[in-house]
Amino acid sequence: MFRLEKRPTPSKFWLYATPPVAVILTMIAGGILFAAMGKNPFEVIRTIFWDPIFGEFAFYLRGQLLVKAGPLILIAIGLALGFRAGIWNIGAEGQYIMGAIFGAAVGLAVFPTESRWIFPVMVVAGAFGGWLWAMIPAILKTRFNTNEILVSLMLVYVAETILAKASTGFLKNPEGMGFPGSRNFSSYPAAQNGFLYEPLGLHWGGVAALVTAVLAYILLTRHQAGFQIKLAGQAPRAARFHGVSPARLVVMCMGISGALAGLAGMFEVTGPAGQISIDFNTGYGFTAIIVAFLGRLNPLGIVLAGFLMALTYVGGEMASTNLGLPDAAIQVFQGMLLFFLLAVDVLTNYRFRLAVGAH
Amino acid sequence: MKRRTLLASAAMGLMLASGAFAQGMDKVKACFVYVGPIGDGGWTYQHHQGALAVQEAYGDKVEIQYQENVPEGADAERVLTQMALGGCNIIFTTSFGYMDPTNAVAAKFPDVKFEHATGFKREYPNVSTYNARFYEGRAVQGHIAGKMTKSNKIGYIGSFPIPEVIMGINSYYLHAKKANPNVELSVVWAFTWFDPAKEADAAKALIDQGVDVIASHTDSTAPLAEAAKTNGAVIGFGQASDMAEYKDGPRVSSIIDNWAPYYVKRVGALLDGTYAQQDAWEGIAGGEVEIGEITDKVPAEVKAEAEALRDSIAAGTYHPFTGPINKQDGSPWLAEGATAPDGDLLGMNFFVEGIVGDIPQ
Repeated sequence: MFRLEKRPTPSKFWLYATPPVAVILTMIAGGILFAAMGKNPFEVIRTIFWDPIFGEFAFYLRGQLLVKAGPLILIAIGLALGFRAGIWNIGAEGQYIMGAIFGAAVGLAVFPTESRWIFPVMVVAGAFGGWLWAMIPAILKTRFNTNEILVSLMLVYVAETILAKASTGFLKNPEGMGFPGSRNFSSYPAAQNGFLYEPLGLHWGGVAALVTAVLAYILLTRHQAGFQIKLAGQAPRAARFHGVSPARLVVMCMGISGALAGLAGMFEVTGPAGQISIDFNTGYGFTAIIVAFLGRLNPLGIVLAGFLMALTYVGGEMASTNLGLPDAAIQVFQGMLLFFLLAVDVLTNYRFRLAVGAH
Repeated sequence: MKRRTLLASAAMGLMLASGAFAQGMDKVKACFVYVGPIGDGGWTYQHHQGALAVQEAYGDKVEIQYQENVPEGADAERVLTQMALGGCNIIFTTSFGYMDPTNAVAAKFPDVKFEHATGFKREYPNVSTYNARFYEGRAVQGHIAGKMTKSNKIGYIGSFPIPEVIMGINSYYLHAKKANPNVELSVVWAFTWFDPAKEADAAKALIDQGVDVIASHTDSTAPLAEAAKTNGAVIGFGQASDMAEYKDGPRVSSIIDNWAPYYVKRVGALLDGTYAQQDAWEGIAGGEVEIGEITDKVPAEVKAEAEALRDSIAAGTYHPFTGPINKQDGSPWLAEGATAPDGDLLGMNFFVEGIVGDIPQ
């Protein structure tokens, strides 16, 4: 039989081969699933992966890819920095919500003033809201050594409650006849995050995501802080000898990821979502965790992973509507992607050996 | 080419392909956007039953498409655009949160009809809204609750403090009070439409306070499941759907949302060319609100009273909000014999006199 043997050094080949292999395996296993449900697997796979980019309605859907990928990329890059240093911020969803609330609150507070300074201030407020929310688990960890995974995750539910409060209370649209939800930013130009170039779905959030990817890449490859992050993750003891303060690293990584998640929330609420509402958050903060790993915690990889994930969403919707697939089947398909990624990832650090004799 | 012009030409193509509207259509593609899964056993399940009824009614003349679990906001706008591009002639958006996306997409596709459930915005001539008078059903439930409670404490699990929910609570309380002057109402806010764990917690909190009749404005069966653990001490009602699986347990009756008559009517109007924009708000009389079977746990005379109440509402001889009714703070709302104008109900943001506790703001 085969057995797993640890590689002396992680395989470079499998490090980069894992994502494409995982995608191909997902297509095969997904195809079998769709066939078992009585659908033509080739048609479904084509609808998901091909039609949004080259199909009949691609002129509209291509733009939607960036709309969907933008927040994922922005959040995932922040998370990846922390993950590399062994700091696990699982609560980006909460920071995303708080960024949206802070950003929106600033804009709504000065409604209906028209000034070119409103939007930039809202951007800062959004980043601040996310940063603030991430500082809670960061400071609890550095002061009281609490577990940042649990604290940041639990704070998502606190943020959701504040969101419900905001949409039914302090940010409620005074002209909304008592219904929950804030004013819609689409009718408030000074605070609106409109499309800069509509055919590509480009708004300020997309610009921020792509710029952040480049900056993060430079940080990791060229900057002292990037070196410290990588060192802390790979060799914590060596990092300490090297003068890396674990507490400072936690505050920095949580802060960056919180601020980026907050930015994503702010751009989303003033742009595609349009308003603060009870169900404003749709899971970007959690999906970004998958995107971060799918992108190998590498900023440029994350950009590709973000688009791939967006493709499965947009294409998955098409398959669901046009081919009558239940939404649960699409979710299983997306879940398979993470499953195969983790499964194939084993090959980066281990290899199969034909076991000889008994052990 | 700009996207807007492309969308416009695509929409024009669809219009030409489907023939002139005024003369009716040979075939209608009716599409539905759902906020939950069709198997939720409540809200979305009932909308999907309505969609299936349309298929049943018109057979080959309609094609049904639907999308489950569509988040409210940006994703809804994309799904709606895809459906409109894909040739849907009429699109039903079945949750309050789709209000702005529905109007935004309707602006780009003037020849596609949009029907938004439970909202109030009709910014374009191709957007209609529809809702059901659930407060009529709440009156019947309130009567049963008032008669059935032994502890004189009844409970209500509210989802969100919006007019739709508040008018249900008021109607429930007024009729419980009428049936039993000693009754006290406790309201717990779950701040969710569908979250079995939170709904179960809310039910537990009520039971701990001594409440023995629970009504809920959330979509899952969790409150009934919680009531079932009390060995018959606590009863409740099915919400949105009949929840008949609890008939042998705590469920004594239910409010069933029946969207089928409305969907069949609207698609039919599109087929025969009589379709026009409207704001529909039907109740027990129109068949949109049904009272599920009242079980044997309820004494025969109470059952008879409840059914008489239902029938008088259906006949239009009784309005659940008939004065004199005061607001919670004691200020008068409806004078003796006056009935509530629809506008008051749709913007309702106050409890009636006698209800303890504040509406969260």
